[in-house]
Amino acid sequence: MRRIYLDNNATTPLAPEVFEAMKPYLIDEGFGNASSIHWYGQRAKAALEEARESVARLINAQASEIVFTSGGTESDNTALFGVVAAAAADSHGADRPAHLITTTIEHHAVLYAAQALEARGVRVTYVPVGSSGVVDPGDIERAITPETALISVMHSNNELGSIQPVEEISRIAREHGIVFHTDAVQSAGKIPIDVKKLGVHLLSLSAHKLYGPKGVGALYIRKGTSLRPLMYGGHHERDRRPGTENVSGIVGFGRAAELAIQGLCDESHRIAALRGRLEEGILQQVSDATVHCSRSPRLPNTSSIRFDHVEGEGFVIAADLLGLACSTGAACSSGSLEPSHVLSAIGMSKEQARSTIRFSLGRHNTEDDIHQAVEIIPQVVERLRSLSPHYKKEAVSL
Amino acid sequence: MTIAVAMSGGVDSSTAAAILAEKSRSEQAGGEPRIVGLTMQLWNQRRLPALQGLPEGIEPGRASGRCCSLDDVYDARRVASFLGIPYYVVNFERRFEEEVVRPFVEQYLAGETPIPCSRCNTEIKFEQFVETARQIGAERIATGHYARIHQDKRTGRYRLLVAVDRSKDQSYFLFGLTQEQLSRAIFPLGKLTKQQVRAIAREKRLPVAEKPESQEICFVPGGSYRGFIAAYLAEQGARMEDRPGELVTTDGRTLGEHHGVQHFTVGQRKGLGVAAGSPLYVIEIDAAKNRVVVGRNEDLFKRRCRVRNVNWIRPVAEGERISACVRIRNKHLPAPATVEALAGAEANIEFAEPQRAITPGQAAVFYDGEEVVGGGWILGAD
Repeated sequence: MRRIYLDNNATTPLAPEVFEAMKPYLIDEGFGNASSIHWYGQRAKAALEEARESVARLINAQASEIVFTSGGTESDNTALFGVVAAAAADSHGADRPAHLITTTIEHHAVLYAAQALEARGVRVTYVPVGSSGVVDPGDIERAITPETALISVMHSNNELGSIQPVEEISRIAREHGIVFHTDAVQSAGKIPIDVKKLGVHLLSLSAHKLYGPKGVGALYIRKGTSLRPLMYGGHHERDRRPGTENVSGIVGFGRAAELAIQGLCDESHRIAALRGRLEEGILQQVSDATVHCSRSPRLPNTSSIRFDHVEGEGFVIAADLLGLACSTGAACSSGSLEPSHVLSAIGMSKEQARSTIRFSLGRHNTEDDIHQAVEIIPQVVERLRSLSPHYKKEAVSL
Repeated sequence: MTIAVAMSGGVDSSTAAAILAEKSRSEQAGGEPRIVGLTMQLWNQRRLPALQGLPEGIEPGRASGRCCSLDDVYDARRVASFLGIPYYVVNFERRFEEEVVRPFVEQYLAGETPIPCSRCNTEIKFEQFVETARQIGAERIATGHYARIHQDKRTGRYRLLVAVDRSKDQSYFLFGLTQEQLSRAIFPLGKLTKQQVRAIAREKRLPVAEKPESQEICFVPGGSYRGFIAAYLAEQGARMEDRPGELVTTDGRTLGEHHGVQHFTVGQRKGLGVAAGSPLYVIEIDAAKNRVVVGRNEDLFKRRCRVRNVNWIRPVAEGERISACVRIRNKHLPAPATVEALAGAEANIEFAEPQRAITPGQAAVFYDGEEVVGGGWILGAD
């Protein structure tokens, strides 16, 4: 069976060039511990620093501002816990608890970290977003208090693809002297990111969303930003993240970043055109289908579509059995009963949220893929609707 | 044709899947995958923190085997991957709670002795599961139940028959199936003995071939109804109310006080809280009057009972009286009786010989030889 992968926001396949770059650090003499003094250690260290340069270039940062982590989740957690801990250390004796501002559509890595901070006495404001899927910077500004230690707003949403006004929020944060973090895991490699232009203090990245290996990420920490490490151990990563470096993974991340820099412009146009064809094809053939946030700035590859009276779980399985891989939302929340918090946040009812499917395109998708997907999707929708007791009852009775 | 196999992670459903997967391979070599494994996520075991940890007297090894534990899903996934069939977990937690758990709790609190497995079969496994199967393109479903389905070539009707292995027969829990449900179901284990199923699992080297059997009600860890219900009510912001009432004898004498009807079941002997010359048993629970009636062992034997929500698998006209063997609990030996079909899906059962402890909340299932004619829920006996 020919299979089509339209779930690139969950993860992407490793690029062959990335695999080639990693190989010497897995099975060859690149195995050394980057902290060792000898030749082996030096080889690993050199590769590590080269990768750091590459990742820095992807977001226009200084290499010294890049800290490698185990992935997006660790980067987000380090940002939130690290800044709050540093703020608490700076203002010991302050009688009011620290305050954090974030949004209702963040990834769970931010949302649950914020909730954990709440449990420790931090006050958290979750700023809502409207049906556009885009947060209003004015709402962020209005949430600021003298105790606000950190603002964390994602660069683009993983389920909807909506791009957030990070530059503007960052300006507001700077005006109030507040540290600003953005989770750019879903944006990096898909649209240009420039930390200087954005003016952020902290930015999270993950390698496997841009054809790199899983288990590697990075946190950009602007020079001078004060934060505490999440873990304690050796003096790796300039004392900001202990643990022997995942050299092969980091090398892969570096190579993936280079490939992303090279292909970004052409690739995002090509993918945006494919997505246009996908949405057009679906809307032409399927009634009662709605593309979420279609009027908002969106990632070029992401399409969140609601098919009324279609049960998302059944859709994903049925499509998979026909060779089409997509998802109901974030992969992390698959199988859970609660509708996606992101879809609820943009005003979807439980039923509407459960009827929403995310298609996310990637480097390997071709016109043929889209053509075939547009054949499979209406078929699956029709079958599911024919089994739904609620669909078109009125029409039948006419 | 695509068949969706319900996989719980146990040896029975795993072997059922293995049998079908092999058949499908030999029938259409190189074809599309036509057997799909599905695990129903019915209950979140981490949901009631009060029940976390192992209940008293439960060995660590036995604690898995609880429904929908991560271990069971892991096992089912492992078997599917071993068989090379597509596999998915589908979430029915909301429906399961509404259709099975809540009625179970309500019946228990009303002093009945509920069996949630029958409702789970009719409302979840052969209803919601069939619907999901059809959504994904599978017109038929298979389960690891021990029972058989035969289509009558003359009438086209489907008949439900007991399993060849009588000691494993699960037809008692399947009396609620409709013709539509039976037409879609396949029971690959109906013709096999448990020993044969184990042997097949071993021969095929299924990863769960040596997994021990689970006996208890899947969502009640350690078999403690009381503990489960107290924890569930606490979660819902309610409390298990112990409403004390009278403990009376069959001839109306008050013997003492009971601490709530839900703590008793018909036929129970221990824990009555009163001493008497001869052994005392619970004869009847009268929830309306909040009374528990106790008496001698012989008082437990009754000839007649009324059942409600009757499902006739073989059509029986209203007012018609049939001879059948009736089973009043899972391990009960079916006893000869006359069953009279009444209006409103009720029936009267009159046994040839009095039966011990006919218990409200349990099912009465009517057999004609190997065939399940129908069944219903016991209301009361006299």
